[in-house]
Amino acid sequence: MTEEIIIAGFGGQGVLSMGKILAYSGIMQDQEVAWMPSYGPEMRGGTANVTVILSDARISSPVLTRYDTAIILNQQSMDKFENAVKPGGMLLYDPNGITRPPARDDIAIYKIEATRLAAEAGNPKSFNMIVLGAFLKVKPIVILDNVEKGLAKSLPARHHHLIPVNIEAIQSGMNHVEKS
Amino acid sequence: MKGNEVIAEAAIRCGCDGYFGYPITPQSEIMETLMAREPWKETGMVVLQAESEIAAINMVYGAAACGKKAMTSSSSPGLSLKQEGLTYLAGAELPCLVVDVARGGPGLGTIQPAQSDYFQATRGGGHGDYHLLVLAPASVQEMNDFVALGFELAFKYRNPVMILADGVIGQMMEKVRLDDRVPRWSDEDIERISGEWALTGKKNERARHVVTSLELDSYKQEEFNHKLQAKYRRMETEDVRHEELSCDDADYIFVAYGSSARVCQKSVQLCREQGIKAGLFRPITLYPYPRLPLQALARRVKGFLAVEMSAGQMVDDVRLAVNATAPVEHFGRYGGVIPTPDEIVEALKKQIIKA
Amino acid sequence: MSVELKEIIKEENIVYRKTPALTGNVMHYCPGCSHGVVHKLIAEVVEEMGVRDKTIGVSPVGCSVLAYNYIDIDWTEAAHGRAPAVATGISRLHPGKFVFTYQGDGDLASIGTAEVMHACNRGENIVIIFVNNAIYGMTGGQMAPTTLVGQVTSTTPRGRDVKLNGFPMKITELLARLDGTGFVTRQAVHTPPAIRKAKNAIRKAFENTKKDKGTSFIEIVGTCSSGWKMTPVEANRWMVEKMFPEYPLGDIKDI
Repeated sequence: MTEEIIIAGFGGQGVLSMGKILAYSGIMQDQEVAWMPSYGPEMRGGTANVTVILSDARISSPVLTRYDTAIILNQQSMDKFENAVKPGGMLLYDPNGITRPPARDDIAIYKIEATRLAAEAGNPKSFNMIVLGAFLKVKPIVILDNVEKGLAKSLPARHHHLIPVNIEAIQSGMNHVEKS
Repeated sequence: MKGNEVIAEAAIRCGCDGYFGYPITPQSEIMETLMAREPWKETGMVVLQAESEIAAINMVYGAAACGKKAMTSSSSPGLSLKQEGLTYLAGAELPCLVVDVARGGPGLGTIQPAQSDYFQATRGGGHGDYHLLVLAPASVQEMNDFVALGFELAFKYRNPVMILADGVIGQMMEKVRLDDRVPRWSDEDIERISGEWALTGKKNERARHVVTSLELDSYKQEEFNHKLQAKYRRMETEDVRHEELSCDDADYIFVAYGSSARVCQKSVQLCREQGIKAGLFRPITLYPYPRLPLQALARRVKGFLAVEMSAGQMVDDVRLAVNATAPVEHFGRYGGVIPTPDEIVEALKKQIIKA
Repeated sequence: MSVELKEIIKEENIVYRKTPALTGNVMHYCPGCSHGVVHKLIAEVVEEMGVRDKTIGVSPVGCSVLAYNYIDIDWTEAAHGRAPAVATGISRLHPGKFVFTYQGDGDLASIGTAEVMHACNRGENIVIIFVNNAIYGMTGGQMAPTTLVGQVTSTTPRGRDVKLNGFPMKITELLARLDGTGFVTRQAVHTPPAIRKAKNAIRKAFENTKKDKGTSFIEIVGTCSSGWKMTPVEANRWMVEKMFPEYPLGDIKDI
């Protein structure tokens, strides 16, 4: 199994940390992982994206042009990555702020209203975990137990009390993801 | 962990005595991690932010002159500034470790990854006839492994060793197995390992130690250069490292190091899916360059494509090794652009297979 | 009546003896040069304090590049101007050692300005000996940052012009303003009393290292009879008349 994922959105949406949690979850179930962020000034407020690869075998290129899954969180990223999904692959997006929804018919497209759900839950910071939940519902490549362990590993100890809230958000994402 | 963070952790674990650095993207996490870890409390390791890259490499020079395990890290523009210090270190035969997490140039260039420091790294970089021993990690694991190995080789040869990484390897996170902790060398250890030359304070029973690269007598300076050259020849026989992937039955070989090698690994897969028998030759030491194994491959393959994030630097070494036995072409993206697996496959078809 | 030399050289007749911390090597300095005296003073202080085995010197690029041939301690030679950074590396990893740099005006006040400023600003526990003779001696008498206004050198053949070259740099006063320096003084070695004072200053600087009192900085205003194209006697007179008004002797800071 090899899963090549791009997660793309605005800086501040938790794109990099979502990728990190996914990568740590992979390590918890003994997989090879790679996490390769875009870096530099664009981290501050502009677009941010991260490539996450989970595999049972040694990982080759951390820099890719085609992905099994694209998780897209703003319009710029949609423009950039919609066509980068391999045929038969998956695209997951939050419709908030999307003016031109994805149009491809050779991939599976899923929607998650994460911005709205996070606002309704009164916890805008849980946004990225809702998205992660939606992804894991469609592609359960890591099990929830390991995500919890991954969270514990990637969060500093002073934030460990937030793990249950995060798990709740992941479950919310699992419950609300819809195929479009 | 990120490649840069791993460098810091590996330095603490391998008993490094001192790190001296100056912030520059994309490697600032190395000093940040060290400062956050406070190794001086744990091992006594000194971590100091210098006023410039020039000062940092000279602090390394001072520490290395004492027989200590000293290191610095920087990125391309900072490495240009360190060249003066590096030629002095090489000239004074001092062991140390230098990490270059390279970015695109020339000039201030870009903060995105590049491999355009190859010439600077492998040809010496500063003035005079000298070489650094250059290790090129292609994974976060190797970022860890090459710190301890780098110090080992630096002391084996009394010569600066460089880890030539790039922004991809520095910023990437992968699974990594860290080394066990090794204590820092005691005064007795230093006496045993470097007692013949290190500055430890002149005792009555021995002559004073003078660490210098100055020799005003040309004939003695030539003799010293012979000694350096003999050392480089020894590196070429004892410490050349490389890796071959799917080369056994290959018709075509990608030659690439560092993150380019990772991208090429994917290109090999893509080629094989399309029925093209491709393999990957990855130099791990860039100086000394794995010339002989490449030469051996040249006798039985149909061509080589050197893939680099530069306008063509390592390809010179490929050509020297292959020595016109087989076609050698170059494919590069540069200025901070990373080549994609697909365009590398296309380049192979266009430049080698069709030709 | 003739006296054999060996009859004179007897233990009971000895009034002066070369300190054992000086090697027997014949110095390469020109007649009248101040470096030899300064070397001797450092060697004497190190010997008298009994810290030869704990002292590490850093020599510069310039006339005193070969200082390591004359004082019998462990030495390293630094790239041009970088001695304070090299000394930082040594001192940080050898906290118990007496580490000093020996630098000229071109090395310290021109190409090495950043290194000396920041070493002093960090209060590195080192001694910096700065020999200022207002000229580049080794490269053949070019203008130094400390060259006086109007002074003729090979690169200011019509005299230093402030419009073109700026002003003599009083780096010692600048460094005294930094919080990291503990002892900053300016001395000379042209007369026996001056030599005694200079030696006391060097001694005090080395004692400060023991007490970790910040960076000690000693400027020695010296002569370069070759570069100045004067006899040693003329050079000493010129130094007193022209250099001292610009670079007055005495302690600038002592905490």
